[in-house]
Formats: sequence, structure tokens, C-alpha cells
Amino acid sequence: MSRVRASQIKPDHTDERYVWFTSMGLTIGLAMVAVLLGIVVYNGTEVFWPKRVARIELSAQGGDAGRAVVGEIVKRRERKARAASGSNREWQLYVANKDKTPSNFIYIEEDDVRSVTYPDGVLVVERMEYGDAIGTPLRIETKSGETIEHGSPGFDPYLERALAEAGRLRAAIRVTEKDRIGAINGRMEELRIKERSLSRKTGPEAAAAAIAVEKAELSEKYEGLAAEARKLRSRLTEERLVLALADGRESSIPFGQAVGAYYANRIGTAERLGHLVSGMFRFLIEEPREANTEGGVFPAIFGTFAMTLLMSVAVMPFGVLAAIYLREYAKQGLFVRAVRIAVNNLAGVPSIVFGVFGLGFFVYFVGGTIDNIFFKDNLPTPTFGTGGILWASLTLALMTVPVVIVATEEALAAVSRGVREGSLACGASKWQTIQRVVLPASAPGILTGLILAMARGAGEVAPLMLVGVVKLAPSLPIDGVAPFVHMERKFMHLGFHIYDLGFQSPDSEAAKPMVFATTLLLIILVVILNLSAIIIRERLRRKYATGAF
Amino acid sequence: MTEIDRPTHMDIKTTVKNERETSRDHHEPYNPTFIQVRGFDFYYDKMHALHGIDLDMKERHVTALIGPSGCGKSTLLRTFNRMNDLIPGVRTSGKILLSGRDIFDPDMDVIELRRRVGMVFQKSNPFPKTIFENVAYGLRILGVKDKNLVAEIVEQSLRSSALWDEVKDNLQKSALQLSGGQQQRLCIARALAMGPEVILMDEPCSALDPIATGRIEELIFELKKKYTIVIVTHNMQQAARVSDDTGFMYMGKLIEFGPTEKIFTKPDQPMTESYITGRFG
Repeated sequence: MSRVRASQIKPDHTDERYVWFTSMGLTIGLAMVAVLLGIVVYNGTEVFWPKRVARIELSAQGGDAGRAVVGEIVKRRERKARAASGSNREWQLYVANKDKTPSNFIYIEEDDVRSVTYPDGVLVVERMEYGDAIGTPLRIETKSGETIEHGSPGFDPYLERALAEAGRLRAAIRVTEKDRIGAINGRMEELRIKERSLSRKTGPEAAAAAIAVEKAELSEKYEGLAAEARKLRSRLTEERLVLALADGRESSIPFGQAVGAYYANRIGTAERLGHLVSGMFRFLIEEPREANTEGGVFPAIFGTFAMTLLMSVAVMPFGVLAAIYLREYAKQGLFVRAVRIAVNNLAGVPSIVFGVFGLGFFVYFVGGTIDNIFFKDNLPTPTFGTGGILWASLTLALMTVPVVIVATEEALAAVSRGVREGSLACGASKWQTIQRVVLPASAPGILTGLILAMARGAGEVAPLMLVGVVKLAPSLPIDGVAPFVHMERKFMHLGFHIYDLGFQSPDSEAAKPMVFATTLLLIILVVILNLSAIIIRERLRRKYATGAF
Repeated sequence: MTEIDRPTHMDIKTTVKNERETSRDHHEPYNPTFIQVRGFDFYYDKMHALHGIDLDMKERHVTALIGPSGCGKSTLLRTFNRMNDLIPGVRTSGKILLSGRDIFDPDMDVIELRRRVGMVFQKSNPFPKTIFENVAYGLRILGVKDKNLVAEIVEQSLRSSALWDEVKDNLQKSALQLSGGQQQRLCIARALAMGPEVILMDEPCSALDPIATGRIEELIFELKKKYTIVIVTHNMQQAARVSDDTGFMYMGKLIEFGPTEKIFTKPDQPMTESYITGRFG
């Protein structure tokens, strides 16, 4: 009796081992994802957290006795090269003041550190250029020639007011220069093209005469606006904030350059959180500065979003139509099987190959042809004959079309024969059956394909570098200038932005936190795009309440 | 009014309603032949599935086809609305006349044929749409735009299929949320909405429980006042209960055909008797 029971239990034991064994695979995968996300989230949010600023007295070594440095302690680490004696540890400090010092970051030996203090009055000023400035405030020089000394009761309120005023001023300058002067430049360009096409027909003199009045009018307007902009610009440097740096020098910062300022060691946690949130917000809505290492990434977010949507719009009809033909109309045989295998293999082709194809076919061939036919007057400057958001989207659509085809085919195959016959028995034609019964029933499955395609497309970088992504795009692909949607424009992309920041930037230490922040953003953007598709899919499923998929 | 003079090329959209009211609303005691099958052979590729079938089905009668699995009864049923056209490699010879007109005639519009010959399948197959849209499907396909007419026909069809009282408050609900029996009655309503003359039923109760089956059988009784019904069934009692005529098929041949009472009490063929008494099949 007992022997029988033992033999019954035994297989269960071995089975349990395999449960553990297989679950390990999942655990390792999940752990890797969690660690990756953790690192990205931590480093990505840390950028915006205002850290305390330390003042470090150095001991008398190497000549500069009693020297002091002021900066944020970034990290303490083992040195790679061995020191001759003493401890092998060094500290990395963010000292900022790039206009006065050779580098944003310095390294000091741990042995040299005599004391670390966190002085109360240290001010961190974020600037438009040269990164932050860190120092003790001395005075504000106002436009009327007065000086307000630090410590006087009027200092802090004036500082706040002046910063806000500078922000408004910069916004006004941007409107004048970018929007209004930009619009005039656009019209000048149109005029120039018109002149060129006229001169081909009637000769250069007649052409110049024909547009002379309009040109003079535009030039006058331009001069007026330019003068306005100059006047605004001069106000940027009217008032100045003077800081004392750690080495005793003074740094005079025009308020026009200052984006924000805070007392790094004085503010409480709540204020720090406020800075964190406003920093993140500005990161989302501002344009990049300083070779992309400062400022925000709005154009890149917008570009990624617009490109992914455009790609979805392009890939859906093609993929779905191809799948319908393959599954519903084509005679199932050797040829269709070969096509199916080819489509599956297409999904495995390296993306850079699609990039090269997109460049050769879309940009040079299709774009070049369009230029020759419709934009002859612009040549040799290409309009569509160069990389742009349209070509990038189409290239990615081509790359992701196999994913959509495979998913759609599976979804179509899952629609039962009974339902199709029911529709035909109601007197529907084959196309009516597909359109009214089969496609709605397979919509959730088709959307799954689109989700996969979007996830792949949004994260792709390599092919985009060939067909239209740039480090810095002067204008967005959709804006207020007619015809509002500019499919030929080059654009920025979060994935490329990460690559550019991390590996092409002149100051990699300064760019590193931005890389994490941008990575975090790209992940969030992909999640948002996928979530919205998933929500639509769930709605459809609930509507039809089909069990499959 | 007899069946022959029905115009087949009249404007469907405007006459859907008229036809429904004039042709079948009163029960005539005289039942002329409505479907005639003459020397009909059917092949799937090289397989000879039906051998020389000859059959007369009367108007407003229920004709049951019985026989063991694979005997060809479903194939024959699916020929009446040419559902078999979809299968590649199918060939036929012989004639099937629907109110005197050959359904394999090159002039025959298959879509028109399927409108006149509705079908209910073995497994209920509602579309992934609302209850209302399921019933209105045939009308939408026809391009009927008149909303009131569509609503009227949907209600009438649901009433005829004895489903109206159960779903009248939930017409916008997904049809897939109905129970199995309700789904099958919905499929019947869907077939009725097109205003057919014949309803083909391919084992309509095989996936249903006894109560739902009972309701469908009652429904068949009601429907035969207006429609010619052909039903394929495995259930001998069902055939005996609902049908007026019964045909017994075996190995692609029609062994015996006659009034149900006769087939089930004193069949001419010994093979029919042994099948009905359960000795084979």
C-alpha cells in the first residue's frame, strides 16, 4: 500500500522541479527589466533634483595651499590609476561656472579634503548659456545704476522679480524673431522662387521689376521688426547679478541669461520637489539649448510622436490589404506560401538596410522626381529630395509592414467559417462579408499587430539617421505657417537624441543625466502609445465580446 | 396566388415589404411543388457525393432529410442556396428547379437566390454586431436606407422567431451575449428578415439543450405556415415531430422519400426501416 503511494507522489516531485526551473526564466527576465527601469527612472529623475552644494577646503598639497572648491558632490569612487601613496579614492564635483573654469566637473583626491561645509548663502543660477553658475551672491546692478547689496531686505524679492521679467522678455523676443521675422523670411523665400521662375520666362530684369514693390515692402517690414528685436535684446543685459566664486573672482550674469535661481542649501524638501516638478515640466515643453545638453526636448517628443502616428497611418492600410488578399482571395498554394515566408523574413531584415533602401528609393528616387516635377524653381535646393518626416515614416512603415501582415492574417484566420457562411447566406458578396463581418471581428487582432509595429517603429533609430532625423530641427513638422503640415521637413527624434547626447556631445559628463532623462521619456512615450492602442482594442473586444485572441 | 409568377428581377428595395405581405400571409391548403430536384449529381473533385437525386418538395411543407453521417444530406441542403459554390473543385449535373427556374442557370443571380433561400446553420453564427444589426444585416446588404422600414422588418422578424419579447429592450446589446438557443433563434430571425421563400436548416438544434430545442421546433411549426422549410437532422424523433415529408439518404443516394408518417411507420425499403429502428447508422 505504502509503495503504491510513493510511486504516485514521485512524478509530482519531479514536476515541481520543472515548475521552479521554468519560472526561473521568467524571474530572470523580469528582474532584468525591473533593474533597467529602476536605473533609468532613478537617473532620469535625479537630473531635476536640486542637490546641495558643498564647500570643500583642500589641504596644502601640490602648491595651492588652502584652496577651496564649491560644487555638488556627484560621486565618490575608486580611482582607476593607482596613486603613489595614501587612499585611492577621488571625488567628482560639479563646479559649474563653465565660462570661468575649464570644465564643469573636477576631480579631487579624498586625502586632500580638509573639511566639507554646506554654506547657507550659496546660489545656483541656471543660465541660457554655459550651464549653471554657482556662487555666493554679492549684489544686483539695476538698469537705473543702483546696486542692491546681498543681505539688504530688498535683495531676494528683486531677484525673483527680475528673473520673471527676464523670462517674459525672452518670450517676447522669441515671438518677434521666430514667428514674425520667420514668417517674413518665408515670404521672401517664396518671392525669390517666383523671381527665378519668372526670369526663366521673361528674363531677369522683367522678373526683378515684377516683384520689386512686394520685395521693398517686405524688406521694410523686416527692418522694422529687426529693430524691434534689437531693442528687446539690448534690454537683456540691462540688469546684472554679481556672484562671488569659490576662488574669489566675480561672475557678472546678465538677467537676460538667467533662467532660474535657488539657494541650494537653504530650501526645504517641499521646495526641492517643486524644483523637480518644474524642471521636469520645462524639460517636456522647452526647446534644447547648448548643443542639446541643456533645456528641453519638446521638438524631439513632437517629432517622435508625429512620425509614429504617420507611420501607423501608412502601415495600416497596406498591411491589412495585403493580409486580406493573402488570406481571403489568393489561391492557397506554393506561391502564396513562398510570399508568406518572404514576408516573415522581411521582419528579420536589419533596420539599417531599410534605411539605405529608404534613402535610395524614397528620398533620391521618389523625392527627386517630385522635386523635378513640382519644385523645379527651388532646385538645386531639394524640397522632397532630402530626408524628411514623410520619408522616415514611410521607411518605418515598410519595415513594420510584415508585423501587421502576420498579425492581420492570424486575426482573419481566427474568424470562423460559420460566421462567413452566415453572411454569404444573407446574400452578401465576398467583399461585403469581409468588410462588414470579418474585419470588425478581427479588429482587435489587427490592432495587436499595430501595437507591435508602433513599439518597433517608435524605438528605431538607425534607419532614421539616413532618412530625415537631425540633431537640431529649426522648426516642427506641424506648425502655424501654411500649409501647417510640412511633410518634407526634417525632424528630431528621442531615440536619435539619446544617441546624440550620449555619444556626440562635446561634454559627455554634462550630457549623461540628460541621456537618462530622455531615455525615460522615450520609454514613457512608447508606453503611452501602446496603452492607447490597447485601450482601443479592449473597447472593441468588449463591444463585440468575442472570446478569441 | 401561385409561386411561379413571382417576378425575380423586380426592384427588391421597394418591394421587400409588399412581397412579405401579399404572398404568404394566408395559408393555402393546396401545396404545389416548390423545389424540384431532377437527376442531380454532385462531385467534390473526384469524389461522387450525390448520385442522381430526384425529389419534389412542396410549398409550405417541412421536408426533413435524414441519414447517417456523410450520406450527403448536408451537401444536398447546401446546394439549394448554392453555398457549395465556395468550395473549390465542385461540379454538378442535373437540375434543381426553384419555382420552376433552374438555380444553376447562368442567368441566375446567386445573391438573389440566397435572398430567396435563407439558411440556418448547425452552429449558431451571429455576427459580432448588435442584435438589431444582426437582423438588419440582409437589408443593409440590399442597401435599404429607410430606417422605419428596417426597424419594422427587424421587429417583425424577431417576433416571427419568437425572440422579440426577450430582446426588445436590449436591441443594442452584442448578439454574442445571448444564450445558445437565443442565438439560434436570432439566426432564424436574420434569415427571415430578408423575406425568403425557403428556409434551409442544417441540424439547427444539434448544439442546443432540450428546452431550447423544443422552442425551435415550436417555431418551425409556426414558420411553415408561411415558409417552405427543408431541415437536415440526426434526431429521428425531431424529424418525425416537425416534418411533413421525409427523405432518407444513404451513401449519396436518396433511398426513399415520402410523407413522414409513411416513412416512419411502414417504409417501402428495408434499409429505411433498419435505419429508423436504429439497427445501423
